Amino acid sequence: MRSTILSILAAAAAFSLSAPAEAQEKTLTVYTYESFISDWGPGPKMKEAFEKTCACKLNFVGVADGVALLTRLKLEGKGTDADIALGLDTNLISEAKATGLFEPHGLDAAAAKVPGNYSDDTFIPYDYGHFAVVYDTQAIKNPPKSLKELVDGDPAQKIAIEDPRTSTPGLGLLLWVKSVYGDQAPEAWAKLRKRVLTVTPGWSEAYGLFTKGEVPMVFSYTTSPAYHMVEEKTERYQAASFSEGHYIQIEVAGMLKGAKEKDLAKQFLKFMVSPAFQDVIPTTNWMMPAATTSQPLPDAFNNLVQPTKTFLMGSDQVAKNRQAWIDEWLTAMSIN
Amino acid sequence: MADDIALNKVELKLGIREFRFDCALPAGAVTAITGPSGSGKSTFLNLVAGFETPDRGRILIAGGDVTEKHPSERPVSLIFQDNNLFAHLDLATNIGLGISPSLKLSNSDRAAISQALERVGLSGFEKRMPGTLSGGERQRAAFARALVRKKPVLLMDEPFAALHPGLRLSMASLLIDLHRETGNTVLIVTHDPDEVGRLADHAIFVDHGQILLQAPAEEFLARRDIPALAEFLSG
Amino acid sequence: MLTRAERRRGIGWGLLSLAGIAFFVGIAVAALLSWDAGNTQSRLFAAYTWRILRFTLLQAVLSTLLSVVFALPVALALARRPRFPGRVWVIRLMALPMGLPVLIGALGLIGIWGRQGVMNSLLLKLGLEQPISVYGLSGILLAHVFFNLPLAARLLLAALERLPAEYWLLSSSLGMKPFSVFRFIEWPAARRVIPGIAGLVFMLCATSFTLVLVLGGGPAATTLEVAIYQSLRFDFDPPRAIALSLLQIGVTALILIAISLFPAPDDAGITAGRATRRFDGRTLPAWLWDVLAILLATIFLILPLASIVGAGVQANLWSLVNSPAFLRATWTSLTIALSAGLLAVLTSLAIIAGRGAISDMKTPGGTAKAFSVSLGGMSSLVLLVPPVVLGTGWFLMLRPFGDVARFAPALVAIINMLMALPFVMRVLAPAVETHRKRTGRLSASLGLSGFSRAWRIDLPVLARPLLTALSFAMALSLGDLGAVALFGSSDLTTLPWLVYSRLSSYRTNDADGLALILGIICLALTMIGTAGRRETNHG
Repeated sequence: MRSTILSILAAAAAFSLSAPAEAQEKTLTVYTYESFISDWGPGPKMKEAFEKTCACKLNFVGVADGVALLTRLKLEGKGTDADIALGLDTNLISEAKATGLFEPHGLDAAAAKVPGNYSDDTFIPYDYGHFAVVYDTQAIKNPPKSLKELVDGDPAQKIAIEDPRTSTPGLGLLLWVKSVYGDQAPEAWAKLRKRVLTVTPGWSEAYGLFTKGEVPMVFSYTTSPAYHMVEEKTERYQAASFSEGHYIQIEVAGMLKGAKEKDLAKQFLKFMVSPAFQDVIPTTNWMMPAATTSQPLPDAFNNLVQPTKTFLMGSDQVAKNRQAWIDEWLTAMSIN
Repeated sequence: MADDIALNKVELKLGIREFRFDCALPAGAVTAITGPSGSGKSTFLNLVAGFETPDRGRILIAGGDVTEKHPSERPVSLIFQDNNLFAHLDLATNIGLGISPSLKLSNSDRAAISQALERVGLSGFEKRMPGTLSGGERQRAAFARALVRKKPVLLMDEPFAALHPGLRLSMASLLIDLHRETGNTVLIVTHDPDEVGRLADHAIFVDHGQILLQAPAEEFLARRDIPALAEFLSG
Repeated sequence: MLTRAERRRGIGWGLLSLAGIAFFVGIAVAALLSWDAGNTQSRLFAAYTWRILRFTLLQAVLSTLLSVVFALPVALALARRPRFPGRVWVIRLMALPMGLPVLIGALGLIGIWGRQGVMNSLLLKLGLEQPISVYGLSGILLAHVFFNLPLAARLLLAALERLPAEYWLLSSSLGMKPFSVFRFIEWPAARRVIPGIAGLVFMLCATSFTLVLVLGGGPAATTLEVAIYQSLRFDFDPPRAIALSLLQIGVTALILIAISLFPAPDDAGITAGRATRRFDGRTLPAWLWDVLAILLATIFLILPLASIVGAGVQANLWSLVNSPAFLRATWTSLTIALSAGLLAVLTSLAIIAGRGAISDMKTPGGTAKAFSVSLGGMSSLVLLVPPVVLGTGWFLMLRPFGDVARFAPALVAIINMLMALPFVMRVLAPAVETHRKRTGRLSASLGLSGFSRAWRIDLPVLARPLLTALSFAMALSLGDLGAVALFGSSDLTTLPWLVYSRLSSYRTNDADGLALILGIICLALTMIGTAGRRETNHG
């Protein structure tokens, strides 16, 4: 009994001593999307690695997805607690800058190299992925070799796609078709429509239909097969390589103007393109690292589709035309 | 005989139906309220009981103005045609609630409950549930509760209508016995002329929301000059 | 019959709940409207809006018709067979779909009715060349019937079971044939509740989102709810979101008013509280008909659930339930569900008390009548206020007062409470009304009121409907993703959120396992909600 009391006292003393030290410790708040910080995402490992180098506390706040992240920042405005926003994609950058909440990082971000040589004074890429049609090899023997083949192919072979009104992959496909077909996009959609089993509100629903075997093709990423190869040791699911090239999704992070810990924020952005961060990305976020990793990527990643050409529209162009293109898509997809 | 219940120029409108009652009923007597169905006899009882409040006029019981009083504040006990007992409570509890709504019962209260049950011929039924009783037994239990409440006025809305004729006779004699013992004022709504003769000292005849006749029972039963009453007495 | 104090208290409670709901919704809308959105692209009255409005109404009307039409024979059959082994489980089964996150239900349905589903495999074996596709309107209707038929059947069954036992004695002694029984006893009872049930199902279908997109097959199948979500989450255009919400509420309110215009004769059934025994339906055709109705409904419901179970057991359930994330999410989910459930029950009781107080008035004035109508309307229309509007509005409102994550659990509970309110009202209002009819005058004449009445008279009789309502509301809250997704902070992880989170990191297996566990929790809840049912059947 006595010893219990003593140990409680000791613990209390230790706590009271350590408390001021903790109060002095700086905290960096990073807003990101939820899957980044889930048990399986890169978040937990990243936090550990960064906290070792910074003598600070890294605090993640997770929201549903990249779009929700931007909305959250808009809602919070200047009063936001965020020092860093991590997880916007290039399509959102124009809108993000228009909020006036972000500040140029002023860093040399040459370490980050992504296809299409994307670079920006405010946002630094940390990973990327090419959109791709992923198919089930047990159901499809001759996958489409181009977007045109996908559009013109056998309507009995179905694909699940995402809705550009509610999801970023959906928007990605919209922009991809636009990049390849230009003004002919509505006609392409009218044809592709016959192959579309359904249009889901987000990636999860479409991919769920796909892995349940309901649909043999799904609109996803070139990196998706890597998950199945690494975690499930199966090569059943593969991405189709399209001869026109693939549209890219680049995920970026930026520093907020109102950041309380600007030095720490810059330190984090630098850390983000260092091997310590990049090593974790492939097998946790299932995307391609945006900078050099300390070790070669797992074998599975070498077997992935390597697009010969990358499509990427300017963020301003997307922001300006998105609504009109979605309307165009709606019309093409709705009319019988 | 003093007037015990008085309705002074009482007026009430329910939907499109209008009621006008102005009468005084003698204390310590049994008064039958009769009339064709839909005539307003139940409304008459509801006004006395407090389930309806008049638009105009006053209601007096034992000299006190009860017009604005809640049913529970009026010196009356009630027996309905059915649903006199809470189905999920045993008889002792059902009767006990008549003494104290919060069921704070002393030993003498409990004894009174048992006595009342005995008086109505249900001795030993304290723990029985209403669902296990016959219709007549349930009405007897309702009588027992009226007994323990010791209110000067007993209002009954066709209490025997749901019972078969033989049972009606024995219940009527139980009612008369209890009335003799307690000397209370009894108002009984009935559509049965025989019951008027069997039970009542006085009777009133209600038609279209008005009292057409108030008279001692023998006179009441002999009248043939009011067509509606004549029809009622013959049918 | 209420004392003046009771009436005043009843009206007070009603006013309080009305004001509370109005405040909660009003603040959210005001916060959103006062937000300076800058470039609002208000294209509210574009052809697009009319198109989706038309589709929203079309699919909701059809879904409602099908759900109610199919629920009726199921409820009639269950009512005519008050005792058979497994009956209570059929009823519990009917409470399950509501507690499932819609995506899980959709995946279960696809496992049976999808291109690669059980039905198509059977058809292909029978020589069909191409799989039949449910995607499109048929898929939406299928899913809506799956989620709403059980709800409608349960509410109909409750109405039939409230009929006095004497009716069945009477009908059999009169020698009424099944059709006469239906025409003179069952149908009048059903007709009284069908407008309300249809209204509820209609609202649920009109605000459907995930099901419509996943099973709709393309953007031709879009509901207003999708557009509202899009305008708040993707375009961040609050004025447009509010305008669309108002359109949704307005149009649906018109439909509900139209439904409520159907005559609903009032019926003051009085019963001796005897246990129901049915003497009809002893002929072979009647028996076959009932067996068919119950069996088909059970199979229709159980197959998709079985497909969920089949997928779920393949997950490593043991390690799932032992993971801290799961335990945390379960704790959060149950806490929120219980708070939302209790709140919904209390608010419903307050609303019922308010309406009761007004109906007790001899000549309720115009204000009182309007108040009573708004209480009734509010308690059902609140289902139509999109959670995304409430969530975003309150986020804006609370943001100046500190970290919204701290308020998030309370907000989610309140939003869930509002969603559950119409259901809870449907369960509680008729039960309270019947109870009041039976005991009101007696209680008043004995001077029973306040605590004594609540404890001795009301609680013993109303315990079961209260529990049913609570479990209804809790299941609904457990399966809800919408409200949580708004705040979507890692500090507030519920079970459906965890399911989605696993799905979005490729972990379909885990998601299947979690869905199964969620289903089991809902089943446990419905067992509480239907507890004691068996006793009354034998008692």
